[in-house]
Amino acid sequence: MIDLSINGAVRRFDIDPDMPLLWALRDHAGLTGTKFGCGIAQCGACTVHVDGQPVRSCSMPVSAVAGARITTIEAASGPVAKAVQAAWTALDVPQCGYCQSGQVMATIALLEANRTPSDADIDAALTGNLCRCATYARIRSAVHEAAKALG
Amino acid sequence: MLARMIQRLDNAAPSRRAFLIGASAMAGGLAIGFRPAEATTVASKGLVPFDAYLRIAPDSTVTVISAHMDMGQGIYDGIATLVAEELHADWSQMKATGGSGNPKLYGNVAWGGMIQGTGGSTGAASSWERYRIAGATARQMLVAAAAAEWGVPASDIKVEAGVISHANGRKASFGDMAAKAASQPVPASVTLKDPKDWVFIGNDKLRRLDSMAKSSGKMDYTIDVRLPGMLTAVPIHPPLFGAVVTSFDASKARAIKGVVDVVQHPRGLAVVAVDMWTALKGREAVTVVWDESKAEKRSSADLAKEYRELSMKPGTATARNDGNAEAAIAGAARTIEATFEFPYIAHAALEPLNAVVRRNDDGTLEIWGGHQMPDIYQGTAAAIAGIAPDKLKMHVMKTGGGFGRRAVIDADVIVEAVSVAKAIGFRAPVKMQWTREDDMRAGRYRPAYVHRLKAGIDTDGRITGWYNHIVGQSIVAGTPFAAQMVTNGVDLTSVEGANNLPYRFAAQKVDLTTTQTGVPVLWWRAVGSTHTAYAVEVFLDEIAAMTGKDPYAYRMSMLDPASKHAGVLKLAAEKAGWGTPLPAGRFRGIALAESFNTEVAQVVEISLKPNGSFKVERVVCAVNCGVAINPDNVRAQMEGGIGFGLGAVMKSQTTLDKGRVVEANFDSHEVLRFDEMPVVEVHIVPSTAKPSGVGEPGVPPIGPAVANAIFAATKRRMHVLPFARGENA
Repeated sequence: MIDLSINGAVRRFDIDPDMPLLWALRDHAGLTGTKFGCGIAQCGACTVHVDGQPVRSCSMPVSAVAGARITTIEAASGPVAKAVQAAWTALDVPQCGYCQSGQVMATIALLEANRTPSDADIDAALTGNLCRCATYARIRSAVHEAAKALG
Repeated sequence: MLARMIQRLDNAAPSRRAFLIGASAMAGGLAIGFRPAEATTVASKGLVPFDAYLRIAPDSTVTVISAHMDMGQGIYDGIATLVAEELHADWSQMKATGGSGNPKLYGNVAWGGMIQGTGGSTGAASSWERYRIAGATARQMLVAAAAAEWGVPASDIKVEAGVISHANGRKASFGDMAAKAASQPVPASVTLKDPKDWVFIGNDKLRRLDSMAKSSGKMDYTIDVRLPGMLTAVPIHPPLFGAVVTSFDASKARAIKGVVDVVQHPRGLAVVAVDMWTALKGREAVTVVWDESKAEKRSSADLAKEYRELSMKPGTATARNDGNAEAAIAGAARTIEATFEFPYIAHAALEPLNAVVRRNDDGTLEIWGGHQMPDIYQGTAAAIAGIAPDKLKMHVMKTGGGFGRRAVIDADVIVEAVSVAKAIGFRAPVKMQWTREDDMRAGRYRPAYVHRLKAGIDTDGRITGWYNHIVGQSIVAGTPFAAQMVTNGVDLTSVEGANNLPYRFAAQKVDLTTTQTGVPVLWWRAVGSTHTAYAVEVFLDEIAAMTGKDPYAYRMSMLDPASKHAGVLKLAAEKAGWGTPLPAGRFRGIALAESFNTEVAQVVEISLKPNGSFKVERVVCAVNCGVAINPDNVRAQMEGGIGFGLGAVMKSQTTLDKGRVVEANFDSHEVLRFDEMPVVEVHIVPSTAKPSGVGEPGVPPIGPAVANAIFAATKRRMHVLPFARGENA
C-alpha cells in the first residue's frame, strides 16, 4: 500500500512501489491526461509537477514521491495555467496534441518560476519535451504570449 | 502516398450522380448522408447515425462525421469548415468525430471511393464536394421545415450564423427544426455558395475545435480508452525480422501477481496483465527460444554496400525514358555524377502503436484505434475473430501522430490485439499497447535507398541528359495495392518526385532497382519524395555550382514560367530576399518539390558556427495547395512538415546490426528538438482551384534546401543521410 497526494487529495494504492508514477496515474488513479511516449525520460510527454517542479513521471517510481504533492494536467489551475492554456488555444498550438499535456505542464512550471523568460530560458525548459508534429515555434510564441498576459 | 494511385483510380471513380442524399431522423435530430442510388427514399431506417456525414442534435450542436482519421493534420476542422460554410452555422456549434463501417459513405473519393482511408494528403480533396453538399442539403431541409412550420415561402427564409429567420420576426435554432427537417423531402440538387460569399473557408481567424481539449489533457486517444475489466497486453516481438517462436517459458511471468496470461499470436507472443507496469514486468520474466534460420541478418552497412553496387548497374525497371539520356550524357561537354544514401527511418509518432478490442454479449466486436484504413482492418480482424465484418465496429480515434505508420496494410497491432483477445477467450477487453522500443524495433520504416544521378551539360550550362537510378525496397509489392501502384516493375511510390519533375531536360531516364530484404517498410510522411526530392534538388544545386549559375535562376530557367512550380519558387525567393546580402556567417539554400499535387518551395537561412556546426535559423516557405480551407492550418502543416523533415535529415535513422535494430528509443533515434526549430514563414499562393493536401508536402523541400545552404557555407556536399553520421566530406 502506498499513499499518494494527487491533485490535492491523498489516495491509497495497492501497487508495486517500483511502479512509475505515470502508470499509477494512468492505470490506477484514472488520470489519462498524462501521456506515455518513451518510458525513459527522453520525450517529456509524461511531465507532471511534484512539489511544483516538472518531473518525468515515466521514470519516477511511486515510492520516491510518497508524501510529495503531485499535480497532473487535469488539475492545472490558477492564473499561470489559465494564461498558458489561453495562449495555446489562441495560437492553435496543438496538432496531434499528444505531447501537449507535457508541454503545458513544463511551461507552467517555467512561468511559475520566471515570469519573463528569454528564448534561452524557454529552450532550457522545453528542449526535453519532444513534439513530433514540430509545433515548437508556436509553443515558443505561446510561452511569450502567456508571459505577457501575466504581466 | 498513393499520389499516382489517385490519378489512376480517378477514372474509375463513381460519378457523383451515382449518389443521392439521404436523411433520417435520429433521436430528435437530423442526420445527413450520401446513400447509394438504389436507396433513394428518405426513410428513417437504414441510416444509423454513424452512417451520416453530419448530425444536428436538439441542442443545435452540429457534429460532422469525418471519413478521415485525424492524426494532427486537422482534417476534422477542415471538414467542419466545409459543412459549417454551407449550413450557415455558427462555428461555436460545430463538433467533429470519426466515422467508419461503410465505404459507400466514407470511401476516399480521391482514391476512387472504394475504401475508406486517410493518406496521400487527400483528405481535403476527398471531402471538398461531399461535405459541402451535405451541409447545403441539411440547410435546405432546415429551411423547408421552417417554411412549413411558419407557413411562409422557403425563399423568404434566411439562415445566418446558426439562426433560421424570417422577415416577420420568427426565428428558430437548428435544434428547433432538426427533427422536422428530417421528414422533409431530400432536395434533388443543391447550389453551393459562390466563393465570394464564403465566411469560413479561407478564414484565418477560425480556431481549431480541439485545441483546448488537447491543451488540458482532455483529449482521449486510443491509449486512453478505459473499459470495465480491461486488461493490458504488451507484445514480445522477434529480435530479428523473420524470426519465429520455437518455444517459450512463461512460468516465471505467470507467477507475478497481476499477470493474467502469456499467449502466442501470429506475430510473436504477448503478456496480458491487469495494468501496463505488470505486463512489462511479466514480459521481462518470459524466456523465448527463437528460430532465426530465415531471419534477415544483414547490417545496414551491408545493405548500403549492396545498394551502391546495384546502383552502378542498369536498373531492373525503367520509370521514365524521354529521349536518349545515356547517349546525351556520354556525348556532353561536361558530366557530373553523385551517389546519395538514405537510411531506414522509423515514424516515431509520439503515441506508440495500440488498439483496444472488446467482444460484446451479442457476439459483436468493437475495436478502438487510429484506423487509417478501417475497412481493411475490419476485414482482417473479423477473419481472426471468426465473425462477419459487419459484426465488427471500428472506432476511429484521433491519434498521437501517425506520419504513415497507422496506414499499415497488414494491420499489425490490430492483428495482435484481436489475436490476444481471442486467445484469452474474449473474456475481457484487451488493450494491446506497444512501448517505444516495440514501436521502433518492430519494423515498418521509410525504406533505405541509394540514388545515383548523372547529368550531361552543354557549354552553355544546360542539362542535355539526366539519369537517376533509384535502388531500394518497394513499399506496395506484395500488398493489395500492388495491382494499382506497381506498373512494369515500377512501384510508383519508389520513384514519385523523380519521374515527374517539372524541369525541362533535353533527355532523361529514371531507372529503378527494387531490392528484397526482410525489413518491413511503409509509407512515411511524403513517401517517395522524402528521398527523391532530396537527391534531385541537391544534385541540381551541384550542377548550378559547376556551371556558375545562381541556384534559383538556374531552376527558373528550366521551369515553365506559368507553372505552379515556378510560382511557388518565385514567391519563396522574393519573400526570402534571395540574392540580397546576408549578415556574416549566414547562408541560404533553396529547393522546390511537388508532392500530392501541392507545390512547395523553401528558402532556408543557416548560421555557421566557428566549430563548423550549423543551425537552421529561418525558413521561408511558399505553398500552392489550391483553396486554403483553413489557412492557419496550412501554415501549421508547413511548419510541422519542415520540423519533421529537418530532424530526419539532420539526425534520424534506423540502423541494423546483423539484423538487429539499433535505435530503439529517442535517446538514439533522434528527432528534432525544441531549440533546433527554425523560424518559419509560410506564404500561401491565392487560389480558387480544388484543394490539394498539406499534411505531407511541407516535408520534401526542407532537407535539400538545408543541404544546399550547407554547400553554400562550406562547399561540403551532403550525400549521406542523416548528417549526424558525419560521412559527408
